[in-house]
Amino acid sequence: MSLRRRLDQPWLLGLVGVLTLLLLWQVVASLRVVDPLFLPSPAEVLGAGAEQYQEGVLVNDALASIGRVLGGYALSIVVSLPLGIAMGSNRLVCQLLEPLLGLIRYMPAPAFIPLLIIYFGLGELPKVLLIFIGTLFFNTLMIMDAVKFVPSELLESALTMGGRGLQITTRVVAPFIAPQVLDAYRINMAAAWNLVIVAELVAANEGLGKRISLAQRFLRTDEIFVGLIAIGLIGLLIDLGFRLVMRRSCRWAI
Amino acid sequence: MHLSVKGVSKSFGKGRDSKLVLDDINLEINSGEFVALVGSSGSGKSTVMRLIAGLEQPSSGTIHMDDRLVRGPGPDRGMVFQKYSLYPWLSAADNVAFGMRLQGRNKRDVKERTAYFLEVVGLQDSASRFPRQLSGGMQQRVAIARALAADPKVVLLDEPFGALDLQIRESMQEFLYQLWERSGLTALLITHDLEEALLMAQRVHIMAPRPGRVVRTVAANLDRGNLSALRMERSFLELREDLAGCLRGLDQDPAALAARSLASTTGSSSSG
Ligand SMILES: Nc1ncnc2c1ncn2[C@@H]1O[C@H](COP(=O)(O)OP(=O)(O)OP(=O)(O)O)[C@@H](O)[C@H]1O
Ligand SMILES: [Mg+2]
Repeated sequence: MSLRRRLDQPWLLGLVGVLTLLLLWQVVASLRVVDPLFLPSPAEVLGAGAEQYQEGVLVNDALASIGRVLGGYALSIVVSLPLGIAMGSNRLVCQLLEPLLGLIRYMPAPAFIPLLIIYFGLGELPKVLLIFIGTLFFNTLMIMDAVKFVPSELLESALTMGGRGLQITTRVVAPFIAPQVLDAYRINMAAAWNLVIVAELVAANEGLGKRISLAQRFLRTDEIFVGLIAIGLIGLLIDLGFRLVMRRSCRWAI
Repeated sequence: MHLSVKGVSKSFGKGRDSKLVLDDINLEINSGEFVALVGSSGSGKSTVMRLIAGLEQPSSGTIHMDDRLVRGPGPDRGMVFQKYSLYPWLSAADNVAFGMRLQGRNKRDVKERTAYFLEVVGLQDSASRFPRQLSGGMQQRVAIARALAADPKVVLLDEPFGALDLQIRESMQEFLYQLWERSGLTALLITHDLEEALLMAQRVHIMAPRPGRVVRTVAANLDRGNLSALRMERSFLELREDLAGCLRGLDQDPAALAARSLASTTGSSSSG
């Protein structure tokens, strides 16, 4: 077997990439070319992580952030699906809403934070709404596009077999777009995850973003690293979850 | 069943960009008939079919199905498309059952009829396979089974074998003809292949392009006991050649015109 073939395994090279970065980090840290205050070694970060885990803050923060993301994103999923389908299948709805969504989409979601705080205070609601606003338009437009590309033969076949209105949507459009919708949700989940951290940096009592901003105040770079790595890992897990659902439910499209 | 198309014209586009695609089309199809519509690419064959199916509205003229004006698509007019139009997320059996489920037939009925129509098209062993696991010919057979299972009064076939290679196409033609013979189906077949039309249809309409119109209608009362022998028979070949000449004469393609005038100036009288 050639080297190329042997390296061509789904996980292998990715793992090599991650390990290389870790090794590089360890080398730079142990050479002490950078002040440890700025760049803690992997072991120190691991220690800080273990400490946070034992105190229960790490899990607590992660749960707080995940809860907000799930809340806001669930809302976004529930609203964008019918909205996207309506825009994709009805020309008038599309003409009415597309320019509006196109405009709002270019307003950076974090810029809504001050407004949301004025309206809803510092509780959970403004954070959940931020995630909702920040992902709704992308989800909706991607779903709309998927609907527009449903081949007309599939729709027309159903019509010539007696299919009517809502039946066409539930039995032809919905199954056809399912893989693209899941993929849109997976991709935009990253934005939701980014937004929750931004919201927590601005105002929160707990959460991974809050922990990072506290750590900054006390110059605890090791804790900042713990936060960043936790955010990355949770994001990766969610991504894998979406891929799994996709592989299970849309076997025909893979 | 009686389908009648009376004085149907169709233009696409508005105002100055408007383009007349069909001009005064008249057709009749009675119960149990097999009618074919032949014309070159762009002559408006698919548009005729889509108007009958109710997927488009005529600009003028009327289409009646048993004295009822056609206003939109309905299960009494089934359609088989040229492009593979199976639902890729459904197995062959579920594709065949699709129309029956839309119509709310009871479960036992659906199951029995699905099995029956899969057998009719010879695919009972592929019931659980997905469209992408089927060859092009098999996919079109499933599409035909699906259209028939929805119990239409007339099936509209828009170049159903156009995407298949020659050998498979010939066997599919024989299959479709036998199916028609056995099941008393009523069919309108669209094709640009004269041989295909003459092999199967009792009546063949020839369409001319720009704008699309029916220029000739022939009754093809041939002895169809053996289709592959019929393909070679003299009377069949003569009729085919006669109509082919008619079709070529209609071809207004500038390149073809130039080629023909070139051929006539050099005195060649072969195929031009
Ligand atoms: N929705 C539409 N809008 C505008 N023009 C159309 C539309 N549908 C068809 N046409 C035009 O009508 C003409 C006839 O098209 P049609 O598809 O009916 O031809 P056809 O005979 O089926 O051709 P082919 O053998 O290539 O399938 C073409 O010139 C096409 O451009
Ligand atoms: Mg066509």
